Amino acid sequence: MNIGWLTLLLLLPFVGAIATMLVPKAKGLLAKQVALGFSLVTLVLTAIVAIGYHRNGAEDYAETYTWIKAFGAHYALGLDGVGVVLVVLTALLSPIVIIASWNDAQNGRWSEKSFFAWILGLEALSIGVFAATDVFLFYVLFEATLIPMYFLIGGFGGPQRSYAAVKFLLYSLLGGLLMLASVVGLYVVSAKHGAPSYLLSDMVKLDMSQNTERWLFLGFMFAFAVKAPMVPFHTWLPDAAGEATPGTSVLLVGILDKIGTFGMIRFCLGLFPNASQWATPVVMVLALISVLYGALLAIGQTDIKRLIAYTSISHFGFIVMGIFALTSQGLTGSTLYMFNHGLSTAALFLVAGYLISRRGSARIADYGGVEKVAPVLAGTFLFAGLSSLALPGLSPFISEFMVLAGTFSRHKVIAVIAVLGIVLAALYILLMYQRTMTGPVRDGIEKLKDLNPRELLAIAPLVILIIGLGIFPKPVVDIIKPAVESTMQRVGVTDKAPQIPVTEGQK
Amino acid sequence: MSAMLLPLADFTAPKIEYNELMPLLVVFGAACVGVLVEAFLPRPMRHLVQLAITVVAVVVSGVLTGILMNDKKELIAAQGAISVDGPALFTWLILLALTLISVLLFAERSIDGGLSAFAGQAAAVPGSEAEREGTAARIEHTEIFPLTLFAVGGMMLFASSNDLLVLFVALEVFSLPLYLLCGLARRRRLISQEAAMKYFLLGAFSSAFLLFGIALLYGYAGTMSLGGISDALSTQTGGDTILLAGTGLVGVGLLFKVGAVPFHSWTPDVYQGAPTPVTGFMAACTKIAAFVGLMRVFYVALGGTRWDWAPMMWIVAILTMVVGSIVAITQTDVKRMLAYSSIAHAGFLLTAFVGLAQAGSGVHNGITSTQAVLFYLVSYGFPTIGAFAVVTLVRDAGGEATHLSRWAGLGKKSPLLAGIFAFFLLSFAGIPLTAGFTGKWAVFSAAWTGGAWPLVVVAVLSSLVAAFFYVRVIVLMFFSDLPADAPDVALPGWQTTSAVALGLAATVVLGLVPGPVLDLAARAGEFIR
Repeated sequence: MNIGWLTLLLLLPFVGAIATMLVPKAKGLLAKQVALGFSLVTLVLTAIVAIGYHRNGAEDYAETYTWIKAFGAHYALGLDGVGVVLVVLTALLSPIVIIASWNDAQNGRWSEKSFFAWILGLEALSIGVFAATDVFLFYVLFEATLIPMYFLIGGFGGPQRSYAAVKFLLYSLLGGLLMLASVVGLYVVSAKHGAPSYLLSDMVKLDMSQNTERWLFLGFMFAFAVKAPMVPFHTWLPDAAGEATPGTSVLLVGILDKIGTFGMIRFCLGLFPNASQWATPVVMVLALISVLYGALLAIGQTDIKRLIAYTSISHFGFIVMGIFALTSQGLTGSTLYMFNHGLSTAALFLVAGYLISRRGSARIADYGGVEKVAPVLAGTFLFAGLSSLALPGLSPFISEFMVLAGTFSRHKVIAVIAVLGIVLAALYILLMYQRTMTGPVRDGIEKLKDLNPRELLAIAPLVILIIGLGIFPKPVVDIIKPAVESTMQRVGVTDKAPQIPVTEGQK
Repeated sequence: MSAMLLPLADFTAPKIEYNELMPLLVVFGAACVGVLVEAFLPRPMRHLVQLAITVVAVVVSGVLTGILMNDKKELIAAQGAISVDGPALFTWLILLALTLISVLLFAERSIDGGLSAFAGQAAAVPGSEAEREGTAARIEHTEIFPLTLFAVGGMMLFASSNDLLVLFVALEVFSLPLYLLCGLARRRRLISQEAAMKYFLLGAFSSAFLLFGIALLYGYAGTMSLGGISDALSTQTGGDTILLAGTGLVGVGLLFKVGAVPFHSWTPDVYQGAPTPVTGFMAACTKIAAFVGLMRVFYVALGGTRWDWAPMMWIVAILTMVVGSIVAITQTDVKRMLAYSSIAHAGFLLTAFVGLAQAGSGVHNGITSTQAVLFYLVSYGFPTIGAFAVVTLVRDAGGEATHLSRWAGLGKKSPLLAGIFAFFLLSFAGIPLTAGFTGKWAVFSAAWTGGAWPLVVVAVLSSLVAAFFYVRVIVLMFFSDLPADAPDVALPGWQTTSAVALGLAATVVLGLVPGPVLDLAARAGEFIR
């Protein structure tokens, strides 16, 4: 039964944002409660949709209405395996960030409630981005997400936030505008074939000349490479994540940057399969550089938040590598990686945020011996760190393994070198842990309070999911798999047959 | 040629299609009535009466235009002088709508202590006793209303002229009132008068170029009518030099009015000096009329030599976008910044113009250049007037506080006003869900359809540069602290409020549901000849 579930999912946080803004200034607490309530209801609805999708498939959720006829643009929403996973991630992280950031917005440039309203606005737009099945609608929402994020970074955070916000915006706009050129180009190609239509289902039928396809692909890919950040387009991320509040950083790295890798799967592979294959060597090398360069820079950081930002650049390198390996294992692994990276980075940023808010400094050198004063804080920090370095048994391990295995079957050298990234990950996480948490207790750390119930409440779901999916990832993989298979089919690649035949008994 | 040899005895009265030309006649008629009102009515009554006449004339003319559009009557009227076709009617409609908003701004009197934005006595020497007496006696120039009507009538005629001579006459009819209006600012009168002088001198130069070009084209084709020149292009051999020279000179004259680089140098000075409501009117309406005129001449008359002039227009388009965007970064005055922004917008419009995507030009079901340009003009006009209306409201003791540094922290002082201005800026920057985005999309796709994709790439990169300076203003308003001597935000009267509200509403609606206006622009079709 189709009652416009996705529209509902998109509207609910939006209405929540408006409701939050309408709460009178004096009742700050009420505003936060309203925001939390709306995000929780959205989460429940998302869960219902995800379960329904798992049971009945995608048909129940597709919505298509003509929006701008002259442009061939539609208001079209729909789900596939990749989209569902990211919508769930968005709906999950939003309430967690709201709880974790309960007191973070007090010293902002604007009223506290606007922080939470922007979060809800971002949630609405992100859900729309992941559900859009029309290229024009996707582009509009893709660009629109910049506005709430810009104000979240620029309004609430460290002393350099204005600079960081503008840098973020200009980088994203550069990518977005080049993509606009490609979107316009797609229209022209579409108009040559008959009535123009931006629907993904119509777009995949277009046949383009080789050169056209490659140029249009480059426009899209550039935007997504800036978004996801891949080296060399990454320099905005450490600034933005370093200056923003921890909650904003979670939304930025956990959700917004995923739009880049999501777009690579849905649009680069989906619309330009031949060009994607053509670009694979370059993209793979850039991804490898991201993995290693991000990790190396992370080791050298003196600022906790910037360090986490660089770890993400490394992780995004893995995700891109898995996508462009063009094997079902790699693609499935990458999609799973997006979800798991969302969880583990959220945990890492939030715990780091708890730590920083207590001491008032993000410098690693200002910490030491925290585990003696605040054992629970140190414990969750270690847990988040271990999940980020992909400890076996925790969910990121599975996805990282799948990505590497999927890459190995096609690009042996790259996969082998990329494994170094795992070693470096252990280094940057454990070094950070060692410097901040172990050793003698530093001045200013003695009276550090341990986590309070609210902070624990925000972290708990992440911990449970990281362990749970680490042991039993099947439900998520089941959702992802059909989408991956159709993407593979579209690109026209099949997995290499295993060289050792499967015997009856092992089957 | 044969028509010229007819004996004089055969003179017959020209056939005038009064029904089709009524929108023009209403505006010009009302303008004449306005002049009589100045002569015969006592001073205290004039403001109200003039305002009423102007508003009624504009509304009636708009309604008549709407009826004509609905009837879809397209013809060459007045013995081949005026072409009342789809694009012309569409242009009339948007010109009239934007004029209505501008007239509301002209009539605003509650911002500046009960006085309008215009000088009480233009003839009084600035800073003199006579000026102070005039201000004390609350004297004002109500001539601005008939002047505006003449200007808008001229613009309408300009956009629909089917004959180079009519084109030139129309150009002068709308330019002369504008020169006057520019010099009539109540505050900072010397700058205002300087602006009027510059505008007049440079405008006269460009008119001369245009006229010379027209003469050369006449020399080539033996006729002034656009259709006649087009026919001559396909039949005549030889005389290419005179044709190309004529094309170039006519292009200079028209591009001057459009505000394209390298003929843009008047724009910042004039925009800055003119009374802000007039600046808004000029920025929106002059650009519309000039653009449609440019397209008509180059598409209808000179379409046959498009391969000769298109390369030049490519260069002009690239220069206009790049210079407009980059030079805007260094501006420190809001009005000058908006002036350079309008130059950059002219560049974006030119991409669609040189794209030459026409309905009949081969396999193509998409958007046409005419449709894209007409839509862009709508999506640019409304936010522009709205933005200038906002500029009139930020004031200190010396009048409007237009220096950018004075706008610091405006978001704290008046979040609503700063928010609205930020929204207009986002629309200029082409952020999705605003009118500017759909407009940009339309012109870019028309340009690409016509094969001008390198222009689209340049346009996209210029948009990024432009976005930088728009965002800088937003940062200034919202992210800076409010200085102690911050300017006040005047409480607007109903006139300015409704102008801003209309601009805002149009920007939102055209961003969210541009369909109807796009369809209307598509229905306008192509220029007829």
